[in-house]
Amino acid sequence: MKKKMTTVAFNDTPEQAEQLNALIAKYKNVEGNLMPVLQGAQDIYGYLPLEVQKTIALGLGVSVSEVYGVASFYSQFSFNPKGKVSIAVCLGTACYVKGSGKLHEKCMEITGIGAGDISPDGRFSYDATRCIGACGLAPVMTVNGDVYGRITPAEIDGIIAKYL
Amino acid sequence: MDMVTVKINGREYEVPAGSKIIDAARIAKIDIPTLCYLKDVNEIGACRLCLVEVKGARGLMAACVTEVTNGMEIYTNTPKVQASRKTNLELILSTHKKECLSCIRSGSCELQKLCRDLGVTDENRFAGKNVEGLKDESTAFLVRDNDKCILCRRCVAACKNMQGIGVIEALNRGFDTQIGSAFDQPLAATSCVSCGQCIVACPVGALHEKDDTDKVWDAINDPTKHVAICTAPSIRATIGECFGIEPGVDTEGKMVAALKRLGFDGVYDMNLTADLTIMEEATEFLGRMKEGKNLPLITSCSPGWIKYCEHYFPEFTENLSTCKSPQQMFGAMYKTYYARKRGLDPADIVFVSAIPCTAKKFEVRRPGQSAVGAGIYDVDYAITTRELGRMIEKAGINYKALDDEAFDQPFDIGSGAGAIFGATGGVMEAALRTAAEVILGTKLEKLEFEEVRGTAPIKTATYKLGDIEVRVAVASGTKNAKELLNKVKSGELAVDFIEIMACPGGCINGGGQPVQSAATKASIDLKAARSSILYNADKKMELRKSHENLAVKKLYDEFLGEPGSHTAHEVLHTHYIKRGL
Repeated sequence: MKKKMTTVAFNDTPEQAEQLNALIAKYKNVEGNLMPVLQGAQDIYGYLPLEVQKTIALGLGVSVSEVYGVASFYSQFSFNPKGKVSIAVCLGTACYVKGSGKLHEKCMEITGIGAGDISPDGRFSYDATRCIGACGLAPVMTVNGDVYGRITPAEIDGIIAKYL
Repeated sequence: MDMVTVKINGREYEVPAGSKIIDAARIAKIDIPTLCYLKDVNEIGACRLCLVEVKGARGLMAACVTEVTNGMEIYTNTPKVQASRKTNLELILSTHKKECLSCIRSGSCELQKLCRDLGVTDENRFAGKNVEGLKDESTAFLVRDNDKCILCRRCVAACKNMQGIGVIEALNRGFDTQIGSAFDQPLAATSCVSCGQCIVACPVGALHEKDDTDKVWDAINDPTKHVAICTAPSIRATIGECFGIEPGVDTEGKMVAALKRLGFDGVYDMNLTADLTIMEEATEFLGRMKEGKNLPLITSCSPGWIKYCEHYFPEFTENLSTCKSPQQMFGAMYKTYYARKRGLDPADIVFVSAIPCTAKKFEVRRPGQSAVGAGIYDVDYAITTRELGRMIEKAGINYKALDDEAFDQPFDIGSGAGAIFGATGGVMEAALRTAAEVILGTKLEKLEFEEVRGTAPIKTATYKLGDIEVRVAVASGTKNAKELLNKVKSGELAVDFIEIMACPGGCINGGGQPVQSAATKASIDLKAARSSILYNADKKMELRKSHENLAVKKLYDEFLGEPGSHTAHEVLHTHYIKRGL
């Protein structure tokens, strides 16, 4: 699915800008540097705003189209900021056959937003991801990076409540 | 060269070590079908049409990326190979908008040819999920219709690998994959230079030039308009290809005959204003050498290069020659000098140029390209070799059967120096012929400046003209221009005069030239074949120096005064913009 682009204005702090510049400087002359820089940038900002992608392109000496091409290819790069509670359900093959489709529906119902969106108040963001590599725990969801495995839709309310 | 022995379909062949299977097969007189492959530009094994069987290999191998090894046994035509290729082709067809009858590439489409060659009988065998493709008509020169795109990535590779620009990429993934620009911006919002190399790389009709032929037909059919056309130096070397003539055949006489039958009121040779450009540019160069200002001087004939410089090297815009390109000089002279001479109102003149270039469509509407002013452009329409070919076809003219005719006066004389403008190094050589005789004050014994000839990406030379040493450099292709300019910037290379053409090989390989298939490009040196025509023409001419062109001299005597005069500056020179990224 094509990624949604945020309409939220980009506001970075001087600390974030400094971190990004340090990240670019660290990888500048390393081969295959685009992926680790994009991952690092997403860690700094929670997502990959256009402005950040432009800074990365300029810093690494590649075209901005190339940066965007890679960032739009991998499902775990986001063009939307994350909510206070960032929820993701894995729709990879193993999770899906174990019923993650139902988790997916339940999460959209609870948050009131679709996959790839953030709620207008910034409280929730929700993503449907491809395989996150935890197939042994299928079906899997994550909340703010914490992994919850072998869950049922009925458990989701309780899990999310812990983060509110 | 190290050779290895391979067996192809049971026969033994000696092929260079390190060859790809596809090149080895060519030695065995076998054309392996390809779609994404573009020799030296895009070799990614993505389309899976070049699959072959290799004895001992686990699966079928992609011939465009697999190197031969000694003793390798290759089978290019087994039932398994045929079936796999056909299925892969049918899968590609499932997401292709099959509008073949009205498609601009009907007849020259590589996908269409493959369907015939591989025996596709049901183009709708698979129904793919069809995502609506991006349509982009935001620029002056290009139409992108991604509904026809087969995601071969040849355009992406031409832009990124060959030209070193990279304003287009494959975006998203799976069925959503599209070729486009960062953040889904229209191409006009990017630093695209309009070179059109993406168009000549495209195997299908997903990319084509914006067609201006209807506007030209309308003008021709309007009795109140005086419609003139001039043809760029390289058109005579390539237009025959539009009519199935093999590359490397000069059809200047037939081209002129065809244009006269289309109904133009004047058919002229742009070689003349190539000579005029040299008069202005050589004068400008000698002036800058004297003052030591804004050196190195960099040529300005290639509008793709100009836009590249403005975006990527804005610090060099002062170094650009202020001379308009030969196309623009022609239009400017026509609507000033010639209009006055013939008593024509410039507003009633429609001036058309036939050019090998898509960036010229952008150039005609640039600011500073109107000698008359009052919203009257020097050149009204710039049409590519391909568009001109289509006009001639539409008019039902039997091109191959035409007898030669000559250009119209008074713009019919062009020197050999003007002719070679169409090949990389040609402008430099033409300028050197004139500058050298001005500096030396005597006639040159040898007119050939061999060091700046040929299709090498970057050429440098130093010529001693009397007491003056002139250090020159020539680059074609924006990627090579970047390398050259970075060397100049860092001080690694000291140079006085630079010629840059945006397209690799110069205008003969421009983005507006006839499209040749990847197979043709892999088997012949298109650039060399086309440029040989221009150098042969030059060699055969008596008039080989711009400053000896009497038609040009007349323009100065009757109108311009002398090279670099006030009038010359008003009519023949322009200015640039620092665009940045």
